[in-house]
Amino acid sequence: MHKSVALVSLLFISSYGWTQLRGSISGNAETTFQYLKEDSLIGATQPSEKGLLNSYMNVFYTGSNFKAGMRIESYLPRIQGYPDRFDGTGLGMRYVGYQNDYLDLTLGNFYEQFGAGMIFRSYEDRNLGYDNVMDGIRLIFRPRKGLKLTGVYGRQRLSFTEGKVIKGDGLVRGLDADLNVNQFFSKLSDKQLQVGLGGSFVSKYQVDNNDTYVLPENVGSYGGRINLRYKKFAFNAEYIHKENDPSDDNGYIYNSGHAALFNLTYTKKGLGIIVSGKSVNNMSFRSDRTKDLQDVFVNFLPAMNKTHTYNLVATLYPYTTQPLGEVAYQAEVLYTVKRGSKLGGKYGLPINVNFSTAFNPVKHPVGSNQGRIMYEGHLFDMSDSLFWQDFNINVTKKVNKSLKFIASYYSIRLNNDATKVTNFATGIINSHIGVLEINKSFGRKHSVRLELQGLFTKQDKGNWFTTVAEYNISPKWFFGLMDQYNYGNPHSEQRIHYLIGTFGFIKSSSRFMVSYGRQRAGLFCVGGICRFVPASNGLTFSFTHSF
Amino acid sequence: MKILFSFLLTTALAFSASAQGKLPSVKLKDLEGNTFDTKDLLQHDGPIIVNFWATWCSPCKRELNTIHEDYIDWQAETNVKLVAVSIDDEKTKNQVSVYANGKGWDYLVLLDPNGDFKRAMGVGNPPHTFVIDKDGTIVYSHNNYAPGDEHELHQAVVDLHNKQKKPANNKK
Repeated sequence: MHKSVALVSLLFISSYGWTQLRGSISGNAETTFQYLKEDSLIGATQPSEKGLLNSYMNVFYTGSNFKAGMRIESYLPRIQGYPDRFDGTGLGMRYVGYQNDYLDLTLGNFYEQFGAGMIFRSYEDRNLGYDNVMDGIRLIFRPRKGLKLTGVYGRQRLSFTEGKVIKGDGLVRGLDADLNVNQFFSKLSDKQLQVGLGGSFVSKYQVDNNDTYVLPENVGSYGGRINLRYKKFAFNAEYIHKENDPSDDNGYIYNSGHAALFNLTYTKKGLGIIVSGKSVNNMSFRSDRTKDLQDVFVNFLPAMNKTHTYNLVATLYPYTTQPLGEVAYQAEVLYTVKRGSKLGGKYGLPINVNFSTAFNPVKHPVGSNQGRIMYEGHLFDMSDSLFWQDFNINVTKKVNKSLKFIASYYSIRLNNDATKVTNFATGIINSHIGVLEINKSFGRKHSVRLELQGLFTKQDKGNWFTTVAEYNISPKWFFGLMDQYNYGNPHSEQRIHYLIGTFGFIKSSSRFMVSYGRQRAGLFCVGGICRFVPASNGLTFSFTHSF
Repeated sequence: MKILFSFLLTTALAFSASAQGKLPSVKLKDLEGNTFDTKDLLQHDGPIIVNFWATWCSPCKRELNTIHEDYIDWQAETNVKLVAVSIDDEKTKNQVSVYANGKGWDYLVLLDPNGDFKRAMGVGNPPHTFVIDKDGTIVYSHNNYAPGDEHELHQAVVDLHNKQKKPANNKK
């Protein structure tokens, strides 16, 4: 360890000289304190410590060519919703690096993604406690304009225990090439057809410590992608193949897997259309075959549905990709009725329509002499077994400079047997949601925002009605009140109001926020910020600052 | 390892304690798929607004749509350039061009799907808005959007424009 200090110091001094050691420091810090009460009615418990405290601070140094960064994390203990094995205070991430016009070398921790991430993505979301950062080395090389080569080698973060990062069991290695054809061949630079190509190879290594099966210790995965753009059309597609990778997820079968997606986009001013499709089969890819939930994923399979933000829409029946297999499609149109037309009025009338659906793929039987290759799966070969369907439409009407209405309707069908979100229903849950949002401002500084949301279903916990009221005094203060009322619960004693009040203060890049009341888990937006908040009853204080 | 990093940190702090936040150099892609180095923003002659947003973030969209209505006037007045950096990840990244074009935005839209630029700018939750001068120094930072905040942002842009207009003030 002392050697590395000496080495880095030497590098530091010799190649730059002290006088050139100018650069800038940026970073951010966030701390969240919760005091929670017992609330048996909503199933909220009081932790034995009563108070919970999460904190972290990122510090990044960027010089002319040199960079370094670190993050200290602290869980005393972790707030609700975080993985319960997170505890202690310590170094969560650190790296050093050198970069110039054609080279970018990082040692230590790094986040990276190849293509759409279906083969490799190392990513963090601190609000969710999700972090599978790599620890090792990354080299990015740009030998010529339009060509980028990336190599990664390392182990992934699994957990954070007693103030120390716990790494996953397996080793992850990867190579990616990304070519922008029009930038690479200069005489193609002004052609209307723009072409991008890419290819990746990723392999993981984990010792075979299983008594029952002979497992592959090295599992390879490879694939390619293409991006095309012609005038107002864009098309991109990616295909990834994975070698056999027996794991807890797939029940130790020896099938290979695939993930494929395409997006076709047409956009012009005032109109955007997108059609997407995705096919996934046996594509759970972790650097430790025994892990589950969100642990040590090597890749990321993007869910093909819209990320909703209104409380009842976002948090009750959300959908995530089924890594073992799904065929999914999505289409979205955003059209703005022109200003000055009868329907468009003075400001124009944006209309957004979105549809997404996902089905279980067909598993074709194979002969009995195939060992543990249990079935055969084909690309975009879907059964009629529905996982998910979402149709939604959203219209924004601006009446005048200070008054605006947004009306939305959602029809969501979720297969609770396949993707379990509740213990109170089986099969397909059908729900209809209507939301009316009203924005009204008074002068330059004061504004009010009101949301009325109704969710209607005959299953699960029945109907809900949510009211959100916000009062903002720009640029410093906000006050919010939200009531979620489960008035249609089949059990009358469960017809509960989840009432929560929020107060916030903002000064440039610092925010303080205090909230008190009952919360369900979900993506929560108030006073201008969206974040994930776990279920609780009590007081939450949070502070964020960036510098 | 701890020794190493406390060393790096103290060294870095010691030598740049006076430095204000600077625009870092991060390579991102624009909606056409071209690689764009964020430091090339400084070639623009006028104030720069860097705004971090996402298609799933309602206040972010409110902010950018509100500014959109006045953007032509702001540009005529101060030659400002707004860069809308989408932190949408792969799940929603493809909706960025649909939304930005569907709304008719005239901003430069950049994609930061893995949060590289977001981290380098010390951004936590969106929306986060910065104003950057021609030397790359951050002169305004605001981590929120409530209706009316655009007036404060506009004022910061006008102040910077007036300051940069006078060449005498730029010499030390």
